[in-house]
Amino acid sequence: MNMDEIDRNLLRALAKDASVSAGALGRRFGLSQPAAWRRIKRLHDAGLIKGRRVVLNAEAVGFGVTVFLGVKLATKGRVSLDDFERAVTAIPEVQTVQHVLGLYDYRLRVVARDISDFERVLRRRVMTLPGVGDVEANVLLSEERRPGPLG
Amino acid sequence: MLDDVDRRILRNLQAEPDLSTADLAGRAGVTSAVCWRRLEKMREGGVLIGQEAVIDWRALGYEVEVSLRFTLDKTQRNAFDEFLTAAREVPEVIEIQTFLGRVDVRLNVLARDMAHYQDLYRTRILTLPHIADIEALMLIATIKSGEALPL
Repeated sequence: MNMDEIDRNLLRALAKDASVSAGALGRRFGLSQPAAWRRIKRLHDAGLIKGRRVVLNAEAVGFGVTVFLGVKLATKGRVSLDDFERAVTAIPEVQTVQHVLGLYDYRLRVVARDISDFERVLRRRVMTLPGVGDVEANVLLSEERRPGPLG
Repeated sequence: MLDDVDRRILRNLQAEPDLSTADLAGRAGVTSAVCWRRLEKMREGGVLIGQEAVIDWRALGYEVEVSLRFTLDKTQRNAFDEFLTAAREVPEVIEIQTFLGRVDVRLNVLARDMAHYQDLYRTRILTLPHIADIEALMLIATIKSGEALPL
């Protein structure tokens, strides 16, 4: 899809706040409401917007700790990857699972109420996963999302 | 503090962020008026921060995503601040996280292809200040995403 500056502005604005109306976005970028709506629909149809994410204050809802785990599998082969992936995605505290190439095989984002809750998740849920080997944990201190390369 | 109704609303909203307030109320088993009031209260209380559109960077032509894990030279005063300030200037950096653990900072970096990545790595990443060590994890596949909290 060919994108111009206005499309990039719309994408950037929606990535920040997906609840803004087409009318408000149109006013901001000098478009009529229907024109803004058509452009936003085009961004969706072209698959450039995958969906929406609700942003919650994790701490305010009781999740005080976020930990990233690097996991190395002890045994490899397609069956072990499938088994591991099936089991790890079923853990509610595991928010993201990424298959990576490098020092680790998987990267997990895990939330917990506090450090002792994290220990419970780690011992009972993660360390018991099929094929799990070395695990490295890094506790998240701060996080910011950047707009990325949009023009 | 959140009660069961709040949690039910948030759980359903996380699962389907596009739902109208009326549909969301139906899923959560409350009236639209109650649902609307609860959402307002959670917005005001800073629990519900907002909604973001999720951009598909691959559809935008960014085929390569690398997680770069940095150890910084902490003997330098302001190493963190200067590193973070410089990292924010790189448009291809879409996420910046700081950690307690073996890794100090992680940057999520996008590139169009491996040649672009190599160029970025040499000209924008290796030139960031106070780097003691870098490890790279290349994303192969995202198995689970969305960052829903297990409410």
